[in-house]
This record gives sequence, C-alpha cells and structure tokens, in this order.
Amino acid sequence: MMSFDASVDAHDVSVLFPLYHGNSRSLKKLLVAAASGRLAEDKQHRVVVRALSDINFSLKSGERLGLVGSNGAGKTTLLRVLAGIYEPVTGRVRLHGTMNALLDPSLGMNSELTGRENIMLRGLYNGFSRPMLTRLEEDVIEFSELSDFIDLPMRIYSAGMSVRLGFALATAIRPRILLMDEWFLAGDAGFMEKASRRLEDMVRAADILVLTTHSDQIVREWCTRVIWLEKGRIRADGPADEILDQYVGTPAE
Amino acid sequence: MAARNRFAISDVLGGLRLWRLAWSLGWLDIRLRYRGSMLGPFWLTISTGVMVGSLGFLYSALFHMDLRDYLPFLALSQVLWGFLATLVGEACAAFTESEPVIRSIRMPFFLFAQRILVRNVLVLAHNICVIVVVFLALRIWPGSTALLAIPALPLWIVDALAVSLLLGGICARFRDIMPIVNSVMQIAFFLSPVIWKPEQLGPRAVWLPFNPFYDMLEIVRAPLLGQPPSLLVWAAALGYSSVLCGVAWMFFLRARGRIAFWI
Repeated sequence: MMSFDASVDAHDVSVLFPLYHGNSRSLKKLLVAAASGRLAEDKQHRVVVRALSDINFSLKSGERLGLVGSNGAGKTTLLRVLAGIYEPVTGRVRLHGTMNALLDPSLGMNSELTGRENIMLRGLYNGFSRPMLTRLEEDVIEFSELSDFIDLPMRIYSAGMSVRLGFALATAIRPRILLMDEWFLAGDAGFMEKASRRLEDMVRAADILVLTTHSDQIVREWCTRVIWLEKGRIRADGPADEILDQYVGTPAE
Repeated sequence: MAARNRFAISDVLGGLRLWRLAWSLGWLDIRLRYRGSMLGPFWLTISTGVMVGSLGFLYSALFHMDLRDYLPFLALSQVLWGFLATLVGEACAAFTESEPVIRSIRMPFFLFAQRILVRNVLVLAHNICVIVVVFLALRIWPGSTALLAIPALPLWIVDALAVSLLLGGICARFRDIMPIVNSVMQIAFFLSPVIWKPEQLGPRAVWLPFNPFYDMLEIVRAPLLGQPPSLLVWAAALGYSSVLCGVAWMFFLRARGRIAFWI
C-alpha cells in the first residue's frame, strides 16, 4: 500500500517574523529576539525578527529527530514550518507522506460542545471520510473511558477527563510523519501506563518523528538524531548522544 | 506568479473538499450563539419581523405610501441587507477569529470564508420566514418573474466568498480596517435604497446603478417583487462583482502565505 519512503527535506529555509501589532505576543517575541540579537529591518523598514536562517537538513524513513535549544531558538517555529503553517520567506520544505502535527493539545476543541461533537470536528479537520469518522469515534471513546460523559458538553468534564479526551484524539491519528511539540510530554511522569503505551505505539508506527523538547532524557530515549538550534540557526546536527553531550555541557548564555 | 496562482487555486480546491467541515463549523457557530435559548435563531426572525412591521407602518406614513406596496419591499430589503451587512462585518474577522486553528494545523484559508458564508446563509434561512409571512399576509404572489432571482444566487455566493477572503486578510494585517468597514456599511445603508424606494429619487434615480449595493440588492429584489430587473442593473452587478473578485484574488495570491504571520 505504501510503496514510497516517507521523507522530510528542508532546503535553505529562512523565516522572518514581521512585527505589526503591539500585542503582548509580539512584544514577547521582540524581547526574546532583542536579547538574542536577531532584530532587523526589512526593505520596507518594518521591524522583523529573523526566526530561522538557512536551515538545511533532510530526514529519511526511520529517523527520529530531536530539536533542542533554549527558549526562542526557533524550535516551535521550525515545527510550524515543517507542518506547513508558516511559509518560509526563502527556501523550501518538502514532505513526502502523511503528516500530523501535535502542536496544540486542544486543537479546534470547544468546551461548549459534547465530547462526541469534538471528536467529529477533529476528524473533519483531518479530512476524514464518514467510515473513518466512525472508527475515530469508537477508538477515542474506548480509550478515553468517558462512557456516558461523551454526550455531555466538555465544560462539565473534570480536568482529567478533558486531558484524556485531548490525548486520545491527538494519538488516534497515525501519520507517517509525526511532528510533536514538547507540551505533549509535559505530563509524562503522571501519565497512566496505558497512555504512554499508546503514545509509544504512535511514535513507533510513524516513519519519521520530529520532536521538540527540553528534556534530554526523552531525546536520548526516543531520538536517533539531534539538531541543536541557536538563534534560529543550526548550531550542531548529528547523532543524538553526541550532540546532547555537547548541548548539556554548554552553559546557557 | 504562476506558483502563487497554483498555491491559491489548490487552497480553494482544498477548502471545497472540506465542505463538510465548513458546514459543521458554520452550523455549530449558530448553535453555540443561541445555546440554551428556547427559540434559538428564531429570535432573529422575530426581531427582523418586528423591525419590518414597525418600520413598515412608520415609513409608509412618512413617505405617504401604500402599506400593501411598501411592506413587501421593506421585508425583502431588510432581510437581504441584513445578510449582506452581517456578512461583510463578519468577513473582517474571518481569519482572526480562527487564530488558534490557523496556528496549529495547516488548513486551506478558503475554509474560513466558507464558514462565514454557511453561518450567514443559515441566518438568512431563518429570516426568510419574515418575507414569507408578509407575502402571505398581504396575499402577494410575484408569479413566475420570481424565478429571475435565481441567477443572482450564485453571484451572491461568489461575492460573499470573495469579500471574506479579501476583508479577512486585510483586517488581519491592518487592525484599523474593521471599524472603517463598519462605518462604511452604516453609511451605505442610508445611501442605498433599503428603506426608501428607488422611485422616490425621481429623475435622479438614473445615478443609482453606480451604487454597487443597489445593483446587488436589485437583481434579487426586483424579480421577487414581480418586476424583471433591468439589463443595466445586471450588467453593473456583474461588473462590480468581477472587480471585487479580481481584487480579492490578486490580494489572496499575495497574502495567502503571510496570513499565518499576521494573525
């Protein structure tokens, strides 16, 4: 069925963030960027932040890439570029194979809707057909153990129930290329054994994994390769253990 | 340029493929807006009905017009204008209101334009009851001329999608545009024949086709009132619509890759 190999290819990728609106989000970016000396002016004299510069790498089937670097180094931006959310100013990104990006735990969820409706919405966001929607629904309901609550609005769910539903939904879709932000592993220690088994299954089923995290333990466990980002550039790229030893050994600036 | 065109076209096609999602999102928007209310969107029907009824009596007296003649006109105008003005207003937030989704999953931007359209068509469907009630109460039947309104529907749909792409993008980039759009629509309401009839302008009515809102209203309203719309009005409506769609497309070509950075 899947005759081709999944692959990810980033060629000379640069991303500039224009700063238009003086809201807190931009302001935070501005401060982080100012601290790392990446503020510049573009041709029209707008203030821009160079979020990523000249990123080059390619991933073959079987590779598990960890993105490490300090806050504001461009990890999440790179993930969003790979996911096709941000289009690079220069360079190009090529993805071969189905992709799913786990960036926002509550993607498209609405607390006024019932669990079942939220499942349907997520399926529709992923362009599922009706039989696939039914299968998604069964799978998520079974895993999240919400039983009768599934037909009640999410706003009355306990925190644990919402987390279970969000997790079940996010892990129900098995892509060949899996992009994952660190939030997903944030609660790792407290997760039920069942949840971490499901997560591991999904990761193992994916041909390519790209993961951003601060925890070097997770990277060592799951990743074969690490890219160390610093100020939007690749500082080092190589086998996980080797790069991590350098990264951990370098004091943060 | 060719690449931009290709990306924009595949955005639109991708959006069309997700029509079931657009439909669900628009429908849920309406349902959530009226959550817990017993009559739900029919409150809109009631408020439009009350508005048409009271304005009808007031203005037919002020303008010295026959209520039987004026009320059907007003009901049609109010409902159509309500759709048009709300759609334009909501188009400004087409992308900004979906920021969390746009920033966490790749979605065709056309999807959000479709969502605005679905939402407003559903509201329109509720308001049409007012027109039906007025026509039944006054025992008015436009006859087969009403069928001439049908060709106007695709034009309204295409224009609605174009407006959503254009204003949604511009308002994401320039946050000052939204209040400007709202004031313009307010002025347009008074300058367009919505509560006053075109005939009341007398000889000066020849200038009306220059008002795009007049043309767009007239191609639907005139047939439903039993008069075939003039060719001039249709030509003007088509002309303004092609300009709108052309500008929207040119803008979308340039903006599509940047919207995620703007919101």
